Order: sequence, then C-alpha cells, then structure tokens
Amino acid sequence: MTQITHHIPDDILDAWRAGALSHPYAVVVAAHLSLCDECRAAVETADMIGGALLDGLEGQALDAGARQRMMDALDTPAPPPVRGSGVFPAPVVAALGGQPPQWRMLGGGIRQQILSADREGALRLLYIPPGRAVPEHGHRGLELTLVLQGSFSDSEGAFLRGDVETAHDSIDHQPVAGPGAPCICLAATDAPLRFHALLPRLLQPIFRI
Amino acid sequence: MDEPVIQALSSQTCDLIAVRDQRDRAAFGRLFDHFAPRLKAMMVKGGLRDGSAEDAVQDVMLAVWHKAAQFDPHRADAAGWIYGIARNRRIDLARRRPLAQPEDLPEIESDAPDPAQILALQQEASHLVAALCRLAPEQAEALRAAYFDDIPHSRISEMTGLPLGTIKSRIRLGLERLRHELRKIAP
Repeated sequence: MTQITHHIPDDILDAWRAGALSHPYAVVVAAHLSLCDECRAAVETADMIGGALLDGLEGQALDAGARQRMMDALDTPAPPPVRGSGVFPAPVVAALGGQPPQWRMLGGGIRQQILSADREGALRLLYIPPGRAVPEHGHRGLELTLVLQGSFSDSEGAFLRGDVETAHDSIDHQPVAGPGAPCICLAATDAPLRFHALLPRLLQPIFRI
Repeated sequence: MDEPVIQALSSQTCDLIAVRDQRDRAAFGRLFDHFAPRLKAMMVKGGLRDGSAEDAVQDVMLAVWHKAAQFDPHRADAAGWIYGIARNRRIDLARRRPLAQPEDLPEIESDAPDPAQILALQQEASHLVAALCRLAPEQAEALRAAYFDDIPHSRISEMTGLPLGTIKSRIRLGLERLRHELRKIAP
C-alpha cells in the first residue's frame, strides 16, 4: 500500500460518524476509510470514547422476552458482506450495484460513470488517461476526490491511490493525470461543476458533470 | 492468549473474543445482559420510542454475533466496537439511504495476537474512562449529548439557552482534553 498523505479533514470525518453527510460524500469517506488505516483508527478512537460513555449509561430494562428472542435469532444466517473488487473498495462496489463500471466517453479519452445524481449531490467515477487534464473547473460547494488508481496533481499537490482532495468552492484547479496507469478517481459534489470554457458548459446538462 | 493479557482485558472484551473464536453462546448471553439495557438507553436518548429502541437493540446485538469474526482487540475494546455498530444502526434508522460503510477488515488470525499492543489499547481505554470522570460536568454533558442525543448543535443551544459558539467550544474542549489525556499515555 502506498503512503497516504491527503486525509479526510476532521470535521468531515466527524460528520460521517454522525451520519450527517449526504450520500455522495459518505461514499467517498467510506472508500477512503477502506484504504486508510490512520483515518479508520481515528474513527475507532472516537468510538472508544462512545464505548466508555455507553458503559457509563444507566441501563433501561428490556421487555421480559427480549433475551430469549435474541438467543433464538442467533441461527439466522448473516447477510453476505460486500467485498472490494480490483481497484474498487467495497463501498464503491456497492455504489456500482456490484457491476463493473460502464464508462461513458467525455472526449479527450476522459470517461466517466455517474453513480448517483439527485438533490443530495452527485457521485461519479472518472477515468483520465496519463498526462491528460480534466477541464479547469471551480465548484459551488465542496468537492471530495479520492484516487483509486494512478495519480493526479494540481495546484494543491500530488494525489496517489487513497489520497483525498478536499476542494472548497474558492479553489480553481486543473487536475492533470500522472504518468503510468490511467487515473481512476471517485468524485463527490453537492452541486454541478462549473467549467470555464464555453463548450464544456454547454455540454454540462448532457453529461451532468 | 497469554494469562497477563487476558487479565488486563475487560470481561466484556474476553466474552467477545469467546464469541468470535468459539461461537460461545453463554458468553454472548453475558454480553447481552451487560450491553442490551445500555444500548436501549442509548437508543431512547437518540429519540426512539420504547418498541423501536428494543428492535434496534436486537439488530445491534445480532450484528455483534454476526460480525464478531472482525473484532480485533488490537484496535478496539468491546464497548467501543459495539458502540460503533450501535451508532451506525441509529443513523440508518434516521436516514433515507443507509450510510456508506468502509470495507470489512480481514478476519482475525486469532493465534497471532500481539500482547503488548492489546495491553496498550486496554490501558488507553481505562485511562479514557478516568479522563471522562475528570471532565467538568458541563463538558461531560455536552460530550454525552454529542455522542447519544443525535441532536444538531443548534438544537442543543435552543434547549440550554447557551450561544452556539459556547456549545461547540465545549464539545471541542471536551474532546481536546480527552485527546490530551490520551497523548500523555500513548504519544
């Protein structure tokens, strides 16, 4: 595993733990946690505090039959776990519905698959050939981008597998895919992206990027 | 596992390891007796009615039984691990879509424990409890609210009449203090 240097910011991790993130952001956080032991340990540490508080709670009596119902339920089969596949960790496989990605061409060799797009925001996979730039864009809200394969770099630095870029609406950036394997990344926004060139803007409603 | 390690673990953590390694139903029963009433209190604090709270407790404890193979005493104690499962259950009951979860950790090789790390974690857990006891009452209250009440910060402010900044800084101070306490033991 490569060394992950760009992590989920604390406030976003806290929001994920509280269940307060919209679906697109939550998938990016879960995918990063699947790859990043440091952030997973941060969640576990917070849960240790929760566990200590739980231990200190005054219990409430359960229904008289609750214990027996519980013991009777132990033979029900466990739900099968979702497993990762290739470069896609389990939460991305779940967002793909268990299917391999079905890329759509965006031009210039860039491909994408939209995994969800609704009032909660948009989640998509992007495939960028080595050395190719994603059109320069700013965005209205927060964009979280997780690298799953290859790398990209922009004004904020270099991002490798497992790294997350947290881009607020003030950042105008032009990610360029690194050499070697094509860059595959998972990107979540809470609003459609703004592209600066006229043509991409016209195409925006068609491609929903 | 070595005798000194077993002695340092909480009895709940030992029971959870017995559930994991031997599918020990008696140990699971003891876990249920310890955690189920506390989990019910947590669910009621989180806004569930009595019946739904009991259902949620059953869901959580069944998940404990099913997921026990993933419990790793190097990473968490029983209370923290079970709290994490309960937190997720509580969240999913409130959300339109289940919250995306990280991939399961690989199942544990139970014959290769690292006693030093398990002991360190267990020590951290008991220091954490001690640190919680030393918090100022209003910090402890804010921390409990943050962990159990599932109420956005703005609601806490309405209820207590304190300005939002104060509440946020209290939660932050409480967590900072805990982090500080932990750093002293395990830098």
